[in-house]
Amino acid sequence: MNWLMQTLSSSIGKKLLMALTGLSFLGFLAAHLAGNLTIYAGPDAFNAYADKLQSLGPVLRVAEAVLLTFFTIHVVTGVFLFLQNLAARPARYAVSRNPGGKTLGSATMPYTGLLILVFVVFHLLNFTFVDKTGTTVFQIVAASFQNPVYVGLYVLAMVIVALHVSHGFWSFFQTLGLNHPKYMPLVSGAGIILSLVFGIGFGFLPIYIAFMA
Amino acid sequence: MTQGKHTINLTLKVWRQNGPGDKGRFDTIPVRDVETHMSFLEMLDWVNETLTMEGKEPIAFDNDCREGICGMCGCVVDGVPHGPAKAMTLCQLHMRKFDDGDVIAIEPWRARAFKVVKDLIVDRSALDRIIQAGGYISINAGNAPEANAVPIPMGMAEKAMDAAACIGCGACVAGCPNASAMLFVSAKISQLALLPQGRPEAAQRALKMVATMDAEGFGNCSNHRVCEAVCPKSISIVNIARMNREYIKAGLVSEVA
Repeated sequence: MNWLMQTLSSSIGKKLLMALTGLSFLGFLAAHLAGNLTIYAGPDAFNAYADKLQSLGPVLRVAEAVLLTFFTIHVVTGVFLFLQNLAARPARYAVSRNPGGKTLGSATMPYTGLLILVFVVFHLLNFTFVDKTGTTVFQIVAASFQNPVYVGLYVLAMVIVALHVSHGFWSFFQTLGLNHPKYMPLVSGAGIILSLVFGIGFGFLPIYIAFMA
Repeated sequence: MTQGKHTINLTLKVWRQNGPGDKGRFDTIPVRDVETHMSFLEMLDWVNETLTMEGKEPIAFDNDCREGICGMCGCVVDGVPHGPAKAMTLCQLHMRKFDDGDVIAIEPWRARAFKVVKDLIVDRSALDRIIQAGGYISINAGNAPEANAVPIPMGMAEKAMDAAACIGCGACVAGCPNASAMLFVSAKISQLALLPQGRPEAAQRALKMVATMDAEGFGNCSNHRVCEAVCPKSISIVNIARMNREYIKAGLVSEVA
């Protein structure tokens, strides 16, 4: 298995790891968003969705374990790449200018990534690792979003996620070498649409809950 | 177009470094009456003439053909490799692109893999070592083979030629926020991978050239596309996608280790 380690630990291999694990998070986000949208059907529908999800038991545990593993790989590889890239240019330029190419999404990738990591921990502490006896998930969520600071933080976090996805989605295709003149415009467009769907889809929920409750 | 002389006054902020061990500094050099018909390198020649006459050390910079095809010249001018003009080497950039009173910062390519030799000259032998690792095809020497013995579709030949336009100047490395050499390496891998003559050694070539690139201390690619924007030959990042494909295939599917 030396060949596998050799391939994955190379510069292109590390990109490959980032791309593959990153794509799995898009799948996670899609599923998470689909579940969250039940909020629009009322508290009961949302609670029913949460109960149904928990009733999956072992299946859910496996999915969580896979996600956690991928998350760890994505974060550790990302930090490693970031430090390696810093070290590749020990002396910085006195004058630097973007001659084209760099976007807000691409330029902030390591930082939005780090902020998402902080948000995920905050989010889990907020809604997942809490005592749920005698209350429903919806009540916990609704109580949190009574606080405008929480609403602001969550909306901001979703803008950051959207930025991260805007560069991440097409990068996945580029990194895997899936570049084709017929499909590349479609991929770039899909990346922007996807980032908007996640940004607006998730970002509007806290506002909706704050005003509804 | 108006004929005759057009001159501008400039202030150069030039990176001066006596050698690899020296810390280096910026020298501010006021330059008067620069003819706008001069190329950027001719302007530097002219400045050097004055510096030499004054008994000062001239600015060291790399150059050779001065017609944009050799890949020797190149500095970062105002934060952009090869200066503000698109798809152009520094020797092809003319002073008419600048305005009277401009302050121009001139810096060498900056990357861990490119050590400063002196002033604006950097050691780009890391790129040579990447080529030595596999940027060639092995053939039996002898008479030139019959040109039409191996049919190559026009489109393929064009794509290979586009990749082969790389002059190895290192602007992609200089411009990349990560000092990555992926555009260079991908062009060199692509020009051979696209042609039947390059296929027999394609897997081995991809593995060895990427391994050498990593060992030389270049950064990783994060798909900013700055390389493509600063490349004097407008080499596309489609080549990086092709290199990724070639490398992944070579590492995970081919029998070459």
